[in-house]
Amino acid sequence: MATPNIQANLETARKIAANVPDPELPYLTLTDLGILRSVELEGDTVVAKVSPTYSGCPALDVIEQSVLEALQTAGFKARVERSLLPPWTTDWITEEGHQKLKANGIAPPLNAAADKSALFATRQVNCPACDSGQTERVSEFGSTPCKAQYRCNQCLEPFEYFKCH
Amino acid sequence: MAVTELKDTATDALTNTIIQIADDHLILGHRLSEWCGHAPMLEEDLSMPNMALDLIGQSRALYSYAATLENTGRTEDDFAYLRTDREYTNCLLVERPNTDFAHTMLKQFYFAAFMHPLWQGIAKGSNETLRGIAAKAEKEIGYHIRHAGEWIVRLGDGTEESAMRMQAAVEELHPYTGELFTVDESRQQCIEANVLTNIDPVKTVWDSTVHNLFEQAKLIIPEVPYPQTGGRQGQHTEGFGFLLAELQYMQRAYPGASW
Repeated sequence: MATPNIQANLETARKIAANVPDPELPYLTLTDLGILRSVELEGDTVVAKVSPTYSGCPALDVIEQSVLEALQTAGFKARVERSLLPPWTTDWITEEGHQKLKANGIAPPLNAAADKSALFATRQVNCPACDSGQTERVSEFGSTPCKAQYRCNQCLEPFEYFKCH
Repeated sequence: MAVTELKDTATDALTNTIIQIADDHLILGHRLSEWCGHAPMLEEDLSMPNMALDLIGQSRALYSYAATLENTGRTEDDFAYLRTDREYTNCLLVERPNTDFAHTMLKQFYFAAFMHPLWQGIAKGSNETLRGIAAKAEKEIGYHIRHAGEWIVRLGDGTEESAMRMQAAVEELHPYTGELFTVDESRQQCIEANVLTNIDPVKTVWDSTVHNLFEQAKLIIPEVPYPQTGGRQGQHTEGFGFLLAELQYMQRAYPGASW
């Protein structure tokens, strides 16, 4: 195979991996979430590296499997590797990812995971439905490891907040 | 030759230490998962399995790394599901029965308050894989300290009944906390290799975390004439066999079962 073809193929493989949806938040791609670290060629094999989000996230295996299947379906010989360092943080969720979360009723993480105090300081989380700042935390744990439960005191909607990590 | 031997001892020490930490997490995570479906309110029924998942996820990352280091073909599942009771080296604290909500929350708090400074040390240590695992775990365990801590204050400084139960849990579980800070030969080697930090600063942080919370919760730290130890040597308490029977049921009944 000539070099330009390999390059073109790699670009295709990157697009395919980048557009794999998250199994629990299917409106987000792996790119939106910021967990796809790299897609490179090793000989004739496409190697995709994916960062885990939360240690106990049950979606981890499904995500890796989805990437593998997507690449294989497109005819690539592929392998998926887990990449622990640097550790994923919610700061890596893209701006588009933030917009998509909000559009789907989940308050996006306040971008300050690097600032440890923000993990615990009670910061204002705006309601994704009406944008009101008058919200209260119902529980620090929600339906998945990455979310907390909130309630809006303005429009009275319950909603989820994507926790800083 | 001599260099190879030295390297092997270091790898063994690292593997042993990782398995100890992994066992602590797996067993505490399993105990906590026993609450699933039994919590007094919906929010708690979500919180406890969430935290159990954190702990089991952390143990999984550690077992998986231990399997790579050991390099004998054993997998993370072999460590979790196919060892016998004497081969588990978790501390006794994490295997103690849930008893009631006061005992459960106190167990979580004691352990999380210990792991938080330990993970912080590992995250700055010399081992790259462990640094990656620790950086995540440190954030996750922070939530555990806060969750259990809030309950302990609410119960300890609550009604007569809740205060009595909370103090009873302290009397029962405090004797098991000393084992958290024991340093065996393997851990000592990891400390010397800068994989782990010294245990003294970890103990200082733990003491002050517990002391501050107990002051708010109006709880009294008891005298401990006879500290309870043995888990690190594989000598476990009576309930441990029952715990393993449930934990390992699927792999024992259907060997090799997978998703």
